[in-house]
Amino acid sequence: MTNANANANASASATVARVRVTPEAEALLAKLRLEHGPLLFHQSGGCCDGSAPMCYPAGDFKIGQRDVFLGEIAGAPFYIGGAQFELWKHTELTIDVVPGRGAGFSVESPHGVRFLTRSRVFTIEELDVLEANGPPWTGPREL
Amino acid sequence: MTKYIAPNLPGSKATFKSRYGNYIGGEWVAPKKEQYFENISPVNGKPFCEVPRSTAEDIELALDAAHKAKIGWGKTSVTDRASVLNKIADRMEQNLERLAVAETWDNGKPVRETLAADIPLAIDHFRYFAGVIRAQEGSCAELDDGTVAYHIHEPLGVVGQIIPWNFPLLMAAWKLAPALAAGNAIVLKPAEQTPASILEWLSIVGDLLPPGVLNVVNGFGLEAGKPLASSNRISKIAFTGETTTGRLIMQYASENLIPVTLELGGKSPNVFFADVGRENDAFYEKALEGFNMFALNQGEVCTCPSRAIVEESFASEFLEKAVARTKRFVPGDPLDTATTVGAQASRDQLEKILAYIDIGKQEGAEVLTGGHRAELSGDFAGGYYVMPTVFRGHNKMRVFQEEIFGPVVSTTTFNGFDEAMAIANDTLYGLGAGVWTRDVHQAYRAGRAIQAGRVWTNCYHLYPAHAAFGGYKQSGIGRENHKMMLGHYQQTKNLLVSYDKNPMGFF
Repeated sequence: MTNANANANASASATVARVRVTPEAEALLAKLRLEHGPLLFHQSGGCCDGSAPMCYPAGDFKIGQRDVFLGEIAGAPFYIGGAQFELWKHTELTIDVVPGRGAGFSVESPHGVRFLTRSRVFTIEELDVLEANGPPWTGPREL
Repeated sequence: MTKYIAPNLPGSKATFKSRYGNYIGGEWVAPKKEQYFENISPVNGKPFCEVPRSTAEDIELALDAAHKAKIGWGKTSVTDRASVLNKIADRMEQNLERLAVAETWDNGKPVRETLAADIPLAIDHFRYFAGVIRAQEGSCAELDDGTVAYHIHEPLGVVGQIIPWNFPLLMAAWKLAPALAAGNAIVLKPAEQTPASILEWLSIVGDLLPPGVLNVVNGFGLEAGKPLASSNRISKIAFTGETTTGRLIMQYASENLIPVTLELGGKSPNVFFADVGRENDAFYEKALEGFNMFALNQGEVCTCPSRAIVEESFASEFLEKAVARTKRFVPGDPLDTATTVGAQASRDQLEKILAYIDIGKQEGAEVLTGGHRAELSGDFAGGYYVMPTVFRGHNKMRVFQEEIFGPVVSTTTFNGFDEAMAIANDTLYGLGAGVWTRDVHQAYRAGRAIQAGRVWTNCYHLYPAHAAFGGYKQSGIGRENHKMMLGHYQQTKNLLVSYDKNPMGFF
């Protein structure tokens, strides 16, 4: 399926979102947007703060052609590396915020809080809907 | 057994200042914007000092100092550079307990480990690079009767280094020792979770280095790390951390066309072949200990053996014994030398581990032991402790595919060599791995078949200098801990010299 087709199916997939956001994280994002302008997320992997979602000013991080667009949270596009997506695609991600001090370049650290990815395994019905929607968009996407 | 007194209490081996500056040009310098952040000890969740919240102005100041120092240090003889590194090691040795207690307080790890591993390994690292820089030679090749190619090592100049929080002093030593030995000046940014032990280290050894050769600037990634990593005044950037930031660092480096070295972690397989259980002897005991190495440093190790892959025919017997051992780990006072599991390094790290334990349970992994936060009482009630946890499941589960960076191991079984290798290599990463077998042929074949930079064979979690450490696949670029690391901090100068007085006859 082409990206254009994936786009046409965007409304159908709205009921089953690959990524969601808690109200607390949404409120923090509103505050961070005032400081930094438009933001984006990229889900990290690996050690230290791996598996943490990284939030950057939108122009700071170049989204690659194999990055998968999982959706949008509070106006910020959320991406994950293509290979990592294959291992995570059966789970719904919810971006939360907790007290703490993550390393890395994520914009929220100076506030003494850290975005956190919580996960839930999709039900078979939800996976069917996602399957019917076709593969997700890959590469950078204008919102 | 000894219980060390917490820093800043009467009789403690370590004392932290209430507020630190940046270490620039051999002096303590307040951050230009005069902003600080509170540094919290994971041992009790309470703040214990303030550290600069630096910005681009402070990084520039540090780069000024480094550029001023680079020529003098680069031209200092290797004899003298090695001597400085040896003196750093000696000073650390004289202050081993002080550094160990400071490190434990900043990071949360048991003092048993900082006393026996972190600090001694860091000391040895300076000595190792003091040695290899003396022994390093360029080359000289006679290309023909009158033409000779000389290859001479030169320092890069000023380098940037961004280090992680899991072994704050040891990771600093891994990066600083080779860069200093090779004659570079450095601007280093520690991790914001563990900014303080290195400042105490500097107050112990800082005077041994000429001013400006080593500059340490604390702060947050976006505010201090980015101006360093994206600076056009560094000749190289080294980073240890995770993949997204690794990509960001490479993107910054691409703007200035400078080299990067990256160490980005893994999801290390620890493979146990059935012949381990053939005899009930010391080696079997060693293998059981090897399984439980996942809890070393609370699992906050890039090479945590977080996937135990056990041959089906002896799995139930092996896991029963291994888990019985895991149950003996009890998180406790990190300053007590009897404690084997300390605190996770930060609150968000604790939350992340608990979120992973949650997804593991949702995916149907069986909890063989642990699976929850450890609630300590008294002085430690606010600290970040997790019970060592053993899952049993299959390799497609997320707890088998992402580095949890906590005391959590996911176990699965295999039938036959090929399946063991397939599971071991079914990961995005390739940093460390373990192989346990009594069969030398099998050990060699497995070690070569696993796509990882370091395969511990019948051992695990040894980090001696002189054994190269680094990743395959998404685990990074470059090697540390070995003399080859010098190459990551040096240019190669080729002098192509003609000793023939006659013209070539072309023009």
